[in-house]
Amino acid sequence: MNQPKIDTSPKVSDEVRKTTCYMCACRCGINVHMKDGEVAYIEGNRDHPVNKGVLCAKGSSGIMQHLSPARLKAPMKRVGPRGSGEFEEVSWEEALRTAVSWLKPIRETDQSKLAFFTGRDQSQSFTSFFAQSFGTPNYAAHGGFCSVNMAAAGIYTMGGAFWEFGQPDWDRTKLFMLFGVAEDHDSNPIKMGIGRMKGHGGKIIGVNPIRTGYNAVADEWVGITPGTDGLFILSLVHCLMKAGRIDLDYLARFTDAPCLVNEDPASDEFGLILTNEAGKKLVIDRRTGKPEAYDTPGVQPDLSGSYRHAGFSHRPVLHHMADKYLSDEYAPEVVAERVGISAERIRGIAAELARVAFDEAFEIEREWTDFRGDVHKTMVGRPVSFHSMRGISAHSNGFQTCRALHMLQIILGTVEVPGGFRFKPPYPKPSTIHPKPHAGVTPGKPLDGPHLGFLHGPDDLLIHEDGTPKRIDKAFSWENPMSAHGLMHMLISNAHAGDPYKIDTMMLYMANMAWNSSMNTSEVMRMLTDKDEDGEYVIPRIIYSDAYSSEMVAYADLILPDTTYLERHDCISLLDRPICEAEAAADAIRWPVVEPDRDVRGFQSVLCELGGMLDLPGFVNEDGSQKYADYADYIQNHERKPGIGPLAGYRGTGDDHGRGAPNPNQIEEYKKNGSFWISHIPEDAEFYKPWNNAYQDWAVELGLFDKPSPYLFTLWCEPLRRFQLAAEGKHRLSPPEHLKARYAETMEPLPVWYPPFSEADDGFDVHALTQRPMAMYHSWGSQNAWLRQIHGRNPLYVPTKLWEANGFEEGDWARVTSPHGEITVPVMHMAALNENTVWTWNAIGKRKGAWALEKDAPEATKGFLLNHIIHELLPAKGDGLRWANSDPITGQAAWFDLRVKIEKVAAPKESLPSHPAQKSPVGTGPDTVKRKLGT
Amino acid sequence: MHPAPSIIFFTTLSGLGFGMLAFLGLDVSAPRGWVAFVFFLIAFLLAGGGLVSSTFHLGHPERALKAFTQWRSSWLSREAWAAVVAMVLMGLYGLGLVFFDTRWTLLGVAGGIMSLATVFATSMIYTQMRTVPRWNHWSPPVLFLAYALAGGALLTGKVTPAIVLLLIAGGIQVFAWIDQERRENSSDTTMATATGLGGIGDVKAFEPPHTGSNYLTNEMVFRVGRKHAQTLKIIAVALAVGLPVILLLLPFAHIVAMVAVLSHLAGVLVQRWLFFAEARHVVGLYYGR
Amino acid sequence: MTSLPTHTEKSLGLVIDLDTCVGCHACVTACKGWNNENYGAPLADTDAYGADPVGSFLNRVHSFEVQPEAGPAQLYHFPKSCLHCADAPCVTVCPTGASYKRVEDGIVLVNESDCIGCGLCAWACPYGAREMDPSEKVMKKCTLCVDRIYNENLPEEDREPACVRTCPAGARHFGDFADPESNVSQLVADRGGIELMPEQGTAPVNRYLPPRPKDQAPEFDVLSPFLEPVAEEPQGFLGWLDKTLEKIS
Ligand SMILES: Nc1nc2c(c(=O)[nH]1)N[C@H]1C(S)=C(S)[C@@H](COP(=O)(O)OP(=O)(O)OC[C@H]3O[C@@H](n4cnc5c(=O)[nH]c(N)nc54)[C@H](O)[C@@H]3O)O[C@H]1N2
Ligand SMILES: Nc1nc2c(c(=O)[nH]1)N[C@H]1C(S)=C(S)[C@@H](COP(=O)(O)OP(=O)(O)OC[C@H]3O[C@@H](n4cnc5c(=O)[nH]c(N)nc54)[C@H](O)[C@@H]3O)O[C@H]1N2
Ligand code: SF4
Ligand code: SF4
Ligand code: SF4
Ligand code: SF4
Ligand code: SF4
Ligand SMILES: [Mo]
Repeated sequence: MNQPKIDTSPKVSDEVRKTTCYMCACRCGINVHMKDGEVAYIEGNRDHPVNKGVLCAKGSSGIMQHLSPARLKAPMKRVGPRGSGEFEEVSWEEALRTAVSWLKPIRETDQSKLAFFTGRDQSQSFTSFFAQSFGTPNYAAHGGFCSVNMAAAGIYTMGGAFWEFGQPDWDRTKLFMLFGVAEDHDSNPIKMGIGRMKGHGGKIIGVNPIRTGYNAVADEWVGITPGTDGLFILSLVHCLMKAGRIDLDYLARFTDAPCLVNEDPASDEFGLILTNEAGKKLVIDRRTGKPEAYDTPGVQPDLSGSYRHAGFSHRPVLHHMADKYLSDEYAPEVVAERVGISAERIRGIAAELARVAFDEAFEIEREWTDFRGDVHKTMVGRPVSFHSMRGISAHSNGFQTCRALHMLQIILGTVEVPGGFRFKPPYPKPSTIHPKPHAGVTPGKPLDGPHLGFLHGPDDLLIHEDGTPKRIDKAFSWENPMSAHGLMHMLISNAHAGDPYKIDTMMLYMANMAWNSSMNTSEVMRMLTDKDEDGEYVIPRIIYSDAYSSEMVAYADLILPDTTYLERHDCISLLDRPICEAEAAADAIRWPVVEPDRDVRGFQSVLCELGGMLDLPGFVNEDGSQKYADYADYIQNHERKPGIGPLAGYRGTGDDHGRGAPNPNQIEEYKKNGSFWISHIPEDAEFYKPWNNAYQDWAVELGLFDKPSPYLFTLWCEPLRRFQLAAEGKHRLSPPEHLKARYAETMEPLPVWYPPFSEADDGFDVHALTQRPMAMYHSWGSQNAWLRQIHGRNPLYVPTKLWEANGFEEGDWARVTSPHGEITVPVMHMAALNENTVWTWNAIGKRKGAWALEKDAPEATKGFLLNHIIHELLPAKGDGLRWANSDPITGQAAWFDLRVKIEKVAAPKESLPSHPAQKSPVGTGPDTVKRKLGT
Repeated sequence: MHPAPSIIFFTTLSGLGFGMLAFLGLDVSAPRGWVAFVFFLIAFLLAGGGLVSSTFHLGHPERALKAFTQWRSSWLSREAWAAVVAMVLMGLYGLGLVFFDTRWTLLGVAGGIMSLATVFATSMIYTQMRTVPRWNHWSPPVLFLAYALAGGALLTGKVTPAIVLLLIAGGIQVFAWIDQERRENSSDTTMATATGLGGIGDVKAFEPPHTGSNYLTNEMVFRVGRKHAQTLKIIAVALAVGLPVILLLLPFAHIVAMVAVLSHLAGVLVQRWLFFAEARHVVGLYYGR
Repeated sequence: MTSLPTHTEKSLGLVIDLDTCVGCHACVTACKGWNNENYGAPLADTDAYGADPVGSFLNRVHSFEVQPEAGPAQLYHFPKSCLHCADAPCVTVCPTGASYKRVEDGIVLVNESDCIGCGLCAWACPYGAREMDPSEKVMKKCTLCVDRIYNENLPEEDREPACVRTCPAGARHFGDFADPESNVSQLVADRGGIELMPEQGTAPVNRYLPPRPKDQAPEFDVLSPFLEPVAEEPQGFLGWLDKTLEKIS
């Protein structure tokens, strides 16, 4: 018999439409292959700066998300009780009219009655524009429960964070240390980077209680005790300083290490940095021995010079660091047991860092000029880099831990240098040129400024005269003063408690707050359905925009159904969270590669309509008519400042970039270019960006800044010290009594470590964590016929010691108890795990009836959430008060502080707690999925 | 391996059927006339029914004829040919016995041999599987043939040969069980060779590639519990060999013979169920089982 | 074509780097996406939104834990698809000739219109590389993207398997093992690429690159010269600082 002849050159598709993935927030470029006008196949766009052709498991399954049976079909009004999922479809006209009838009175009387919070969207510069124009102080995105510690610590310390705002110089780095990352936002770039490092023989050290994913391929695994990274890092700092293995030149030139700290307890400025009249930090100039502003041309900052001024003595920050970190408190032998890493290992890692940073240093021949006018013939490379994310930030000591890590990078001189960690535009950007937060409400008028920002002391707090918070989430109040991203996880419980006040309407967008993004989920579900004496819901009205039949949908009164990511315009903007690379500025769009086949509208376009109907400034023309027909119109024509709009590319007649007049063909230009725009940073501006004149000029030209804004890295965080001063009675304002001790302990201006707050809870001595599965995005993935086969349920992984101690066997179940509640869940054994830690995949458990799944879907019967046993408040301590389960500085939700007990129990019928099913407004999916277009 | 009912019935029934045909073909004292007709009818029903049952296992039974094409390499294809040839030969041979009262010896011998060859080919489908250490051995063909012959003797009413053959089959069976267990446990295919990671240390499966089941886990990663298997083994030998032998030793009665046959059938079904259910496919190593 | 060719002109296959694979499953769904729309019947999923979803996939990512004699347990992600064996037992058992190994490049394929769905080939494959489609009831397996690698409708650089193109970590490589100069042959030579289950006698074409040694203690004395203290007391540190700074300027 002859071998069959097959067609090895079949036609692939009729047409390729290039847009941007949105199966997660990484924003890779995709080629959508179309057949007969339908989506046939999705692959990565090779030209795209983010993913260079690759796609992750989610991205490649986008077609199944786009075709999901859980897609909402039309606007809906709740008809059954909240939580039941009983809805009636209504017209868009009615839906918008209803929304306006709720919002208009609020706008005219007291806008703080509206809380508008957004989840995983990428249009925060637009949604905040709407909220600001509406005039409510209660706006934030999800950063507060996500990783504000990381963002804020980075920005306050170095003017930029890890997160997705920077990246290692993958090709040159030789030693890469990864703290607490399972996946992160830079999903594909990190994987590509790890691949590249493997290619050139670099070494990876993974610091993580759990050895999966990136930590599994790491050459060395450090299975640290959760919550102790700060101590470990400070011990590394101790070793390096003690050995003098620090980059003195870098510290002197580019950081505040030479800045002069007032060290006289009698002074009102005790612990603050000496400045001149213009507010510039002073350093001692080595040439003259006299104090000079740090940026005086030619000044040579002295790391050693102390200075007496107005009767108070001042010493450089570096001296304070020496006092603090050379103390035996941080000796490896002292911290070893607590962090779960042997002293020898700690020293070994410190030595390795020192060896690679200094002995493998290299130079690249590129001349550059710094902000003091000093010309450097070469760029010095230190091939050590770090990356980190929620593993260190989602703890109640996360802000200081993140700062400690930045300090480690900085003393090694490895930030913004070849081989080290580098920022992506619009970063680096000093915390001082970020806006401050605003909450000034005037009925009928916009808010007095942007909601979120970076405050620099008690004067910037958003509190009333009596000290009570102005915002519903209590952000920027004494409790969590530097909460740069707000505290979305406190929204529902505060609104329910009427603390600090009651609200009327809650508007949510793309956030599954009745399920996986809340702490204390069962209780949150109760709060959302709780009624007052009059039989009214305690939170009277909930408007929600989702694209799919999520758990949150069941709790809304009015549903504004969104499109899928292939059906709408979106803008991934430099004003927001762009797609830049360390060597380029870039932004991107999404556009409707197919039109929706349902009665749904892009939520941003809906906001354009609502803004018009509510007569919001910025959303109406002079004649009162709606200004932006839809979001595409806004993207092209809105100007933040003259010449600066949501998209930086193809402005004016198409040839202007960065700054330029609006271009009516801009979106078309983007589409032609694969839906993104990129502008490369000149070679001599690629490193040392915060201090590099060439970079600063480039950034100004592009419109990232209005004027060059060089700055020093701030090891000494003065805003923290100012709050301490207030607690010490040296400020006009003063925090409530019960917070003072906490301020003293946690708000040290130099990075410190203190035990996570849940540490002492007796008997609950097992750490319980979650990790993101690479193939799932939070709750979205379960509606995806392909992905849910990979992660259809989530066991609790138990380390060998606990497995044996409990006599577990395959198929067993366990009761997991926290000080707050209990869950009963299936267990599985894992050896490559910190011996005192259990964990599970995040957000696989689903409520019955959600996501168009059958009620007996394993997600609902075997899957589970740890969230049920994580309370938003900690158990009462000595002072009888219940503190938020958050970082005391930023309010970051401390997800990973969770401590539990675990015991074997008989297998229940299904995992507990088991919630009654919600009715699915979209029915359930078909039995068989089989789809092939064309032949 | 997943004990698919269609395959268990197929191997059991066709084994008995072809066993009977073999006896009918090789036996010089084969019956004639209407008695022969009944015997042949039963044998053809069993053999044919088994074959039909086997097609239930196919995804595309309508294409079953394609299975005849690869006799050069495929035991399944060979089995198909052998079955057809055996049935044609035995059909003709049966015609002679039933209608012409003639015994075409050569045809009978050829048909009988082809009947046994069919059983052999069936068994070789399993035996050739290197992936199933329990099967990859001479014992399955011997066993299949022994059961076929013993069943054939029993069904054709050859009491003494039946007793002897049943006891032989039982003996081989017990040996095979012990031997197969040993081969499975000493198989050189392990998680270490499956992953190539054995050089680093002890390998253990962690997360499966997907949380649900798939074709492979449904089809190949089935395994009966040890204790359960022990009980079933005792039942299998008791029903397939023990009870029939005792009954055959009793004075002959149709009803008693009937019970002996049914008991044997039930025992072989249990044995076949175990043959699959106990067999471990090496792919299970990738799934930690 | 149940018989195996005695010789194939090329020997195309994959190299999978176990040192680099992060277990992201990207190759799994990229494979599903491409093959769903291309060669043969679509890859169906049954009970797709129900209690026991079962779909056909041509590539799956397992994971294993390995406990070395000393040091912590290690974890490996382990992608697996058809290895396009030279002595492919799946081909010789096939009663219909639907399974065959291509003479020109060694790719093992199923001609779906001849397949009766007997499942024997899946039994014969030790690697679990064949799955019956739950809806079409024909045998599915990795095609090595035979409809991509020669596809003239694709740009030259895209003529590689979907799983290779998508792998974010770059842990998958495609090429001709018959050519000692090829990227895959070189990788196998440099990194000691191994066969899975060599004792099964299947002579797989695909190779796995073993992980590099992990958790190795540094080979140098951790104290000297890298961490030699400059002084024992904090005061001494400041003295060192002064001295050092003088040297710098
Ligand atoms: N235990 C535990 N809990 C956690 C975490 C943890 O680590 N452990 N992590 C926390 C963190 S960091 C985060 S960010 C949160 C994430 O939690 P959420 O922000 O709630 O994220 P998702 O589950 O993705 O839910 C977002 C909602 O957006 C909807 N959606 C998807 N696409 C679209 C669209 O195109 N338009 C609209 N309008 N809606 C859409 C989805 O259907 C879903 O209902 O979870 C938090 N919860
Ligand atoms: N595939 C996929 N990608 C995603 C998401 C998703 O849902 N799916 N979500 C996106 C979002 S919103 C976010 S915020 C990011 C988050 O991305 P990651 O920061 O990677 O977040 P997690 O998956 O929660 O991983 C936290 C990691 O920290 C470890 N860890 C916990 N406690 C400690 C500790 O005390 N010390 C150390 N060293 N490690 C610790 C955990 O073991 C885990 O590996 O991912 C984004 N990317
Ligand atoms: S990482 Fe994956 S899901 Fe996220 S944008 Fe990129 S391809 Fe899409
Ligand atoms: S891996 Fe399995 S399916 Fe592929 S050629 Fe080898 S035996 Fe056949
Ligand atoms: S399932 Fe199809 S390809 Fe496999 S052996 Fe049977 S006929 Fe051949
Ligand atoms: S080569 Fe093609 S068919 Fe094979 S696993 Fe990769 S993507 Fe799938
Ligand atoms: S895509 Fe690459 S890294 Fe991801 S699982 Fe597959 S081989 Fe591993
Ligand atoms: Mo997040």
